[in-house]
Amino acid sequence: MDFSLNEIQAMLADSVDKFIQNEYDFDTRQAYAESDTGFSAEVWSTFAELGWTAVPFAEDDGGLDGGPADIMVLMQQLARGLVVEPYLANVILAGGILRRAANAEQKERWLQPMIAGELHATLAFNEPQARYQLASVATTATRDGGDWILNGCKGIVLNADTSDLLIIPARTSGNTDDESGITLFGVAADSDGLTCNAYATYDGQRAAEVILDGVCVEDRAVLGEVDNGFADLDATIDEATLAVCAEAVGIMQVLKDKTVEYSKDRSQFGVPIGSFQELQHRMVDMLMACEQAQSTLMWAVMAGASGSEESKRAVSSIKYLVSTAGRSLGEDAIQIHGGMGVTWELDVAHYFKRLTAIGTMFGDADWHLDKLASASH
Amino acid sequence: MHVTFSEADLAFQEEVRAFFRDEYPDEIREAVSSGEELPPEMQIRWQKILFEKGWAGINWPVEYGGTGWTPVQKYIYAREEGNANTPVIVPFGLNMVGPVIYTFGSEAQKQRFLPDILASNTWWCQGYSEPGAGSDLASLKTKADLAGDHWVVNGTKSWTTLGQYADWIFCLVRTNSDVARRQEGISFLLIDMKTPGVSVKPIILLDGTHEVNEIHFDNVEVPVENLVGEEGKGWTYGKVLLQHERTNSANTFRSEYRLKKLREQAATSVRGAPPLADDKNFMRRLAAVEVELKGLEYTELRTLAAVSSGKAPGPESSFLKIKGTEIQQAIDTLYMDAAGYYALPYRADPSVGEGTETLTALRYFNFRKATIYAGSNEIQKNIIAKHVLGL
Repeated sequence: MDFSLNEIQAMLADSVDKFIQNEYDFDTRQAYAESDTGFSAEVWSTFAELGWTAVPFAEDDGGLDGGPADIMVLMQQLARGLVVEPYLANVILAGGILRRAANAEQKERWLQPMIAGELHATLAFNEPQARYQLASVATTATRDGGDWILNGCKGIVLNADTSDLLIIPARTSGNTDDESGITLFGVAADSDGLTCNAYATYDGQRAAEVILDGVCVEDRAVLGEVDNGFADLDATIDEATLAVCAEAVGIMQVLKDKTVEYSKDRSQFGVPIGSFQELQHRMVDMLMACEQAQSTLMWAVMAGASGSEESKRAVSSIKYLVSTAGRSLGEDAIQIHGGMGVTWELDVAHYFKRLTAIGTMFGDADWHLDKLASASH
Repeated sequence: MHVTFSEADLAFQEEVRAFFRDEYPDEIREAVSSGEELPPEMQIRWQKILFEKGWAGINWPVEYGGTGWTPVQKYIYAREEGNANTPVIVPFGLNMVGPVIYTFGSEAQKQRFLPDILASNTWWCQGYSEPGAGSDLASLKTKADLAGDHWVVNGTKSWTTLGQYADWIFCLVRTNSDVARRQEGISFLLIDMKTPGVSVKPIILLDGTHEVNEIHFDNVEVPVENLVGEEGKGWTYGKVLLQHERTNSANTFRSEYRLKKLREQAATSVRGAPPLADDKNFMRRLAAVEVELKGLEYTELRTLAAVSSGKAPGPESSFLKIKGTEIQQAIDTLYMDAAGYYALPYRADPSVGEGTETLTALRYFNFRKATIYAGSNEIQKNIIAKHVLGL
């Protein structure tokens, strides 16, 4: 039994921490978020140079052979800077599919440039009608000689407007909600018939509604087997869920620390507000929520790493906690900061907004609690 | 980062499993699973079985007859206890006064008291709270005045759990009132319950049980050699003891066992009603408690890993106490709600059948105590606010 970080994880944590402290203060982050692309290309190159974009990939593909624990460490640290660079879209989502499904030629064409920071990619895992149901894929792909024609609409595609490659799950057989009959396609963003309606999201990130109107791709765009893309999609989303949960736990810890600090500095009635028992108990609740979330996250990461049967349950458990306890922790952080908490100026509000966005991402609390309620174990 | 156990730990786990399978008497097993309060003679019998095996002093040092187990072994043992649903050990001797005596007591006290505690030959109870001193324990008024070779004790102790069976009581008493801080001048005294002037008055709890008592001391003469450690240092000793009490109150694996049973029960039909598993609201509530419990289990593991690597346990015990008791009560609530109307009969009645359902409400009522005893959960939050958050 060992809960400590290994040497590589400790180094990773340390290097991200240093980067955030030296080069990524809150004002810098805000400037990147408000730029046209929503992040800094320069920072992204740095991520690639430092090897962070290579973490979860096999050594043969130019990766570092990292596992869920390494991703956890990285995401928890990136969270401290509220980093807006598209790590989730590229490395976790698109990378998760490419790692599992791409053949040698596709890896060379897409994965290796992505790891090098030269190609941006994302995964269109959602459709407008799907809510959180991953198998709900109405977008169709039909044969046209040796090619495929794609038609449909993808919703909330993260960082789509800056991506060169969009990975599109499309239905090649079966009904809209069937798990079988889904095929994954790698589609160039500049394909004819592909429209990307991009917008900012409330957490300082960017997403888009993507319309596919008779988009034609070659057969070599198919990632993995025709009709059998769901397993890779599902495994990638589980991994991505863990990754955003790690980010959320990192944010929870920051919010807790900032709130405790603020309550010691801020005086009212001639005493620090942290001397009031009502606020003290709330902050103890925040601390306990952080500890519970950290513990559950570690369970999920270890279950994920060992590929054990309980890993699905663990993913839903941590997501449920992050979406519930995380939300009330965020609300308490705002409340204890008082009027300052509801200003744009203070970083606390932006941590809260990101935490809230994660609460919804890949299934909200109700969605995951339902899975846990019906699971037999 | 991993939670796999070593070969030696796995072998130990097998040994514990086999022991509970083979040596846990059916009679006691059935009494425990009935949910009724375990009669004292069964309690003692079980503790003696553990003593014979050498497993009575889980946390005790080897030199006093303890197991000398590693933190991981203790964790494994607790998990197997939960899985086997063994009786909860009466903590006052083995987990409370024992550690105080072997840590702070004189050689004579160790020789006199420890063997009987370990073998469960003596039944101990705790004299801490008083009618006027609950959360504010330092305001206790029971006093002991020195008169030659003995102390004369006067006062009242309250909420004394299972004191009606006790041979001995350990008490915090005021031996000096002329002190700067109220925490000073308190001493740790061992009192024979048969001493003239000691009287026990039952307090009946809301579920109708006689579990706790008020103990009166009327000019009770206690030999000076029964004072543990230094005079006036009782508060310090008592705090050490309370940390033991709180860590023990997380009860993670007991809770896990009860949730597992509840899931099984929910999958079956009772009295021809549809299985509760069809009730989405109930199952969601159950699942939410399972999530919290898993988090607590890993928090406990993380604490254990820290202790294994040489860090001292501190205010984590308060955390475990708060979460553990909250979860315990949440499970009590689920059981009672699962029983529906049939939680209502006060005692099991043949005409009603399904005897354990009636006990669900009684347990729910009884265990409101869990967030109050061992320092209320609000006091625990004060401790964490001060010692962890620095507020």
